[in-house]
Amino acid sequence: MTAIDEVKNPETLWERFTANIVRILISIAIPTITFIILRAIFIFLRDTDAPTWLTAIVAIIWGVGGVALLYVIANYIVDQFSDKWKARLIPFIFIGPAVAILFYFLALPTLRSFYLSLLDRTGSFVWFKNYAFVFTNKTMLEAFKNNLYWLIFGTGMSVGFGLIIAVLADRVHPALENLVKSIVFMPYAISMIGASVIWRFVYDFRPVGAEQIGLLNAIIVGLGGEPQAWLIQGPWNTFFLIIILVWLQTGYSMVILSAAIKGMPRELMEAARIDGATEVQVFFRITIPYIAGTLVTVTTTVVIFTLKIFDIVKGMTGGNFGTEVIANQQVTQMFDFGDFGRGSAIAIVLLILVIPVMYYNLRNFSEQTEAF
Amino acid sequence: MTQSSKFTFGKLSVYLIVILLALIWLVPTLGLFVSSFRPGDEVLSNGWWTILANPGEANLTLDNYKIVLGIGLEELGGTVRGGDINIFKAVLNSLTVTIPAVIIPILIAAFAAYGFAWIKFPGRKPLFIMVVALLVVPLQIALIPILKDYIKIDLNGTFLGVWLAHTGFGLVLATYLLYNYISGLPRDILESAFLDGASHFTIFQRLILPLSMPALASFAIFQFIWVWNDLLVALVFMNANPTNEVLTQKLLGMLGTFGTDWHLLTSGAFISMIIPLVVFFSLQRYFVRGLLAGSVKG
Repeated sequence: MTAIDEVKNPETLWERFTANIVRILISIAIPTITFIILRAIFIFLRDTDAPTWLTAIVAIIWGVGGVALLYVIANYIVDQFSDKWKARLIPFIFIGPAVAILFYFLALPTLRSFYLSLLDRTGSFVWFKNYAFVFTNKTMLEAFKNNLYWLIFGTGMSVGFGLIIAVLADRVHPALENLVKSIVFMPYAISMIGASVIWRFVYDFRPVGAEQIGLLNAIIVGLGGEPQAWLIQGPWNTFFLIIILVWLQTGYSMVILSAAIKGMPRELMEAARIDGATEVQVFFRITIPYIAGTLVTVTTTVVIFTLKIFDIVKGMTGGNFGTEVIANQQVTQMFDFGDFGRGSAIAIVLLILVIPVMYYNLRNFSEQTEAF
Repeated sequence: MTQSSKFTFGKLSVYLIVILLALIWLVPTLGLFVSSFRPGDEVLSNGWWTILANPGEANLTLDNYKIVLGIGLEELGGTVRGGDINIFKAVLNSLTVTIPAVIIPILIAAFAAYGFAWIKFPGRKPLFIMVVALLVVPLQIALIPILKDYIKIDLNGTFLGVWLAHTGFGLVLATYLLYNYISGLPRDILESAFLDGASHFTIFQRLILPLSMPALASFAIFQFIWVWNDLLVALVFMNANPTNEVLTQKLLGMLGTFGTDWHLLTSGAFISMIIPLVVFFSLQRYFVRGLLAGSVKG
């Protein structure tokens, strides 16, 4: 029913009045009924003893269908309004849910976490005591130091290997190139916990004389060396954990950098080679400057990822033997010590560490999109 | 002559280095794969590579898979160690968490991306700036406040709670990526639809969703792998309810039992890897495209 239809079919005042009442009632009734049904299913799901697979299917249909339904209903309700109001309300339907969810799940928690970081575990206000803990506690300082290692070596090695493999794979037969890239990229699909299991079989340690079932020690012993407890001896154990991250993340850097390298004009490199440049010179003087932008992007992404590293440490050492990192310490503070104040303070520190990247993104955005 | 032989030597060494690197990358996974078919006592007594020496005499078995999946335990009899580990339920739980946690944010993000790209309304720019700002906010910041709320409203340990959390944390990137794609769709297609009197909702349903399939697919794969492999969100919001425990939590628990059940750990880990690997290899092209689109940003 648009305004034009109404002019064409003049109705009596009473008819229009009742029609509006019906519309309003329907607008209220449909969402209410939907809500009641969705809620009933939710309670069923929460309390059910049905077999897991059945619960799983009901849960999936309920979750996905529920969200789709909410959009359809919202659209239906807006359709009941005049065109002028429709134009005003439509944007809310389209972006409203996303903005509300982002606000509640990410934007608001920055403030709430900051507030919580000023409270101790009993909930009384202690100003910046938790931050004093974060920056003076022995384990926390160790975590900061380790995170720095993770950032430098983890990022450096995964971006470095990614670059090397991307450049070298570009020069072999395409079939081999695809195979190699798939193999290196594959760990990206493996969870860090899965990777922890995999690397247990690399780093395992048995005392001298016993048969080694860890690959690394078997190689060392085979070469006549002494088996090492890789995950226990500091400070190198953190380094061995970092290798797992490098194994997981190199594929990502490789894929992005490889695409950038493929995008380079071939003539540029050919011309340099004809002028007598060596391959090393071509790499440093042409390839690197050409893909510098991509290199920065990839490095930033890996830095942010590495900053929040958690699963590998949790799975391999649990943060013991001097391998603690910031994100694991946050979970430890939350669950093992029940200290939400300290946990929040650690989260705020993580947030502060990414602010430069956030600033850079925002500046980039406002430069690129004058016309937004 | 010397020039060409030098070139061949260089080429050969490139091939050798590339193959060596690929082998280094492959061997750890291979070790897990081989180990998962070896009997428990052998896994603990010698290295997985020893069977490569004479593969004919290797002692291979499916028992590790049977035990973790809880299949045919009776015939294995009393020899079963750690026989109460049933990973099958965790697989179902992981699927139950993952499927809606992929579809819900994509749906919401697609709506939002269309709204930001094609509907003019006051507040559009500041709201989108919020999206850009939130791109790099670590999800750690949200764990404690959201957990407190979940405990208050009884969402802690429920699938709904975990879906919403994954939706919240995945939505930023989803909105940003889909916005980049949807705002780049040709203007004239949409304009002719508007002239035909189509509503935003119709255009979204009939035009935008089908046209955006490549972008939706690439984000779907990304989010699938992310959610399936997630440990942190599950650990925080599913911890309260062990019946809903997902695979990564289960594996972490098994990792904790040092030394004893390594053979089960191998098959368990391999089961957890198989689904994302299948998704990954079958849809690799979409996935790479999505990663590239995401990396255009800073």
